Amino acid sequence: MAQVHLRKVVKEYEGGVQAVKGIDLDIADHEFVVLVGPSGCGKSTTLRMIAGLEEISGGEIDIGGTVVNDVPPRDRDIAMVFQNYALYPHMTVYDNMAFGLTLRKFDKGEIKRRVENAAKILDIGMLLDRKPKALSGGQRQRVAMGRAIVRDPKVFLFDEPLSNLDAKLRVQMRTEIKKVHQTVRTTTVYVTHDQVEAMTLADRVVVMNHGKIEQVGPPQELYHHPKTRFVAGFIGSPSMNFIPARLEETSGGLVVRMTDRAVLPVPASRTARYAPHVGRDLLFGIRPEHLTEPHPNEHRPNIAHFEAAPEVVEPMGMETLLHFWVEGHEICARFDPAVEVAPGRPAAMAVDMDQMHMIDPKTDLVL
Amino acid sequence: MAADGTLVAGAPAAAGSGRANTMQRFARQRSTIAFLMALPLIALIGGLVVYPAGYAMWLSTLNRRMTANIGLGNFEILLESDTFWMVIMQSCIFAVGAVIAKALIGFWLAHMLHHIPAKGQRKWRGMLLIPWVIPPALSTLGWWWMFDPSYSSINWLLNIFAVPAVPWLGEPWWARFSVILVNVWYGSPFFMIMYLAALKSVPDQLYEAAAIDGATGWQGLRYVTLPMMQNIISITVLFSLIVTFANYDIVRVLTNGGPRDLTQVFASYAFQVGILSGNLPRGAAVSLFMFPVLAVFAYFILRGINRRNKEQM
Repeated sequence: MAQVHLRKVVKEYEGGVQAVKGIDLDIADHEFVVLVGPSGCGKSTTLRMIAGLEEISGGEIDIGGTVVNDVPPRDRDIAMVFQNYALYPHMTVYDNMAFGLTLRKFDKGEIKRRVENAAKILDIGMLLDRKPKALSGGQRQRVAMGRAIVRDPKVFLFDEPLSNLDAKLRVQMRTEIKKVHQTVRTTTVYVTHDQVEAMTLADRVVVMNHGKIEQVGPPQELYHHPKTRFVAGFIGSPSMNFIPARLEETSGGLVVRMTDRAVLPVPASRTARYAPHVGRDLLFGIRPEHLTEPHPNEHRPNIAHFEAAPEVVEPMGMETLLHFWVEGHEICARFDPAVEVAPGRPAAMAVDMDQMHMIDPKTDLVL
Repeated sequence: MAADGTLVAGAPAAAGSGRANTMQRFARQRSTIAFLMALPLIALIGGLVVYPAGYAMWLSTLNRRMTANIGLGNFEILLESDTFWMVIMQSCIFAVGAVIAKALIGFWLAHMLHHIPAKGQRKWRGMLLIPWVIPPALSTLGWWWMFDPSYSSINWLLNIFAVPAVPWLGEPWWARFSVILVNVWYGSPFFMIMYLAALKSVPDQLYEAAAIDGATGWQGLRYVTLPMMQNIISITVLFSLIVTFANYDIVRVLTNGGPRDLTQVFASYAFQVGILSGNLPRGAAVSLFMFPVLAVFAYFILRGINRRNKEQM
């Protein structure tokens, strides 16, 4: 168990391309941290630098109080679960799990005890004599996790471990990983491009983009209080709607004007925050789940109403997604499936203005 | 046309066309088509392998004038001949020694190449393959010049370092060594290219997993690379054993079996006995001796491959 600290960590490839541009990150003992971001954002490179599989071009990585920049992977006391499992195909499940301990010259009895214990946690006791080829994807993933658990390392590293599984198994294994972490409590760094995985697993989520950290925080904080346009758009599914709008002052307070027909009042609680930006062209951000059908006996404060005709209606079962266009921008709304809507027929909509965001298009920062 | 889409022939025609239908069905079967398409190859193998092999077997049972069948007489004479036992021993030393050396050097070269960045790798791969693409009779001629007792360039180089000249082709063990050396020089690139392909097929993540599991470079080689390459190593060794055992041109060009038959191998000895000495049946008997020796090697190597394949299932 250990803390992990990244200080101004840089990864530069030949030709001067920087994959990671000087990131700082402090991971507490027992913490489950998820690095999330689109392909090429530097999250896997960061993980591989922590593992020692990539050299660090600049900065410092500290695991458990030791700077490990020049320490080879085998001496970092970490365990890693790879996307394609990386099980040794010529070894049985038992040997795969025992390999790290055998190399470290553990006593045979101790190896057996640890492997059996990990097999019990992961429910793979009956697979110990099989070769990886004879296992399903989910079982292989469990064995890969077992290989990490038996080592009882300072840090677990997961590199997109669920990407090769089908959707149903992915959800199941997600729960499994969470359960394992709750049992063993090892500090964990987990990389994924799937924001749902990030939200469900993490104690803290690190959103990365273009080799930089955009924001670090607990999942709910990232969802409700994104600091940048990228985080606002990346976290949440379907993603947040962004509509160009002008912030105006009227006798009744501030309003967001998208078109002449769609003028939405800004809640009084936000007046002070937005006042310096009156008269500017900004981006109005609202999540689909906050753009819904009006409730018949509306008691919520700060609900604005407008009408739009959806061009596409997607019934999802538990919800219905409506897509319509305002000033050439696609907007998605999330309706109760009980509400009858049809493409082309105007539908009344309610916007929960307490959940709105205003973004400065010049800096991409959320105001 | 029947409801299920099959053609129904008229009743009177049915009896007559019954056989034709069966023939058509037979011709349309996938196995029949496959057999017909493979037929040219089967005929080729039959003509170039099976027929000569059968002919050699028949030939080996005849007397020198090929007028009478003497059964296993030729084999009996061979087994009583000291020279032939020496040829067996030399063939084994030649084949086993050369294959082991080729395998080790090929493995080493493949490893070196594998760690050269992709850009420069192609250039080196091309250069290292050169010995294998030059016709061996020609390259052996080059070696013959280099081994020449009077003008040996190798001896000249050795002299620079004050090492006395070596009688490369004149002294039996040096001659055997030279024959093996040329075969190794010629055959190593084949091993290299096969092992390089095998090395490339080992996923990098296995090495990464091993590194994190605590393996040193040597342990990675021992526990990941070698087990992953085992089948390719076995097949390459078997293939090379067969080819090296039957090697003829290097011995023929370099030493012509000399000095005093001390570098003869099966193929060169068969040529010596069958063609140069004019005893075709006994020459055929010599060449047939390769078969049981190779069969034993093949049996053990293929059994190992089969076992490993089953284990990994």
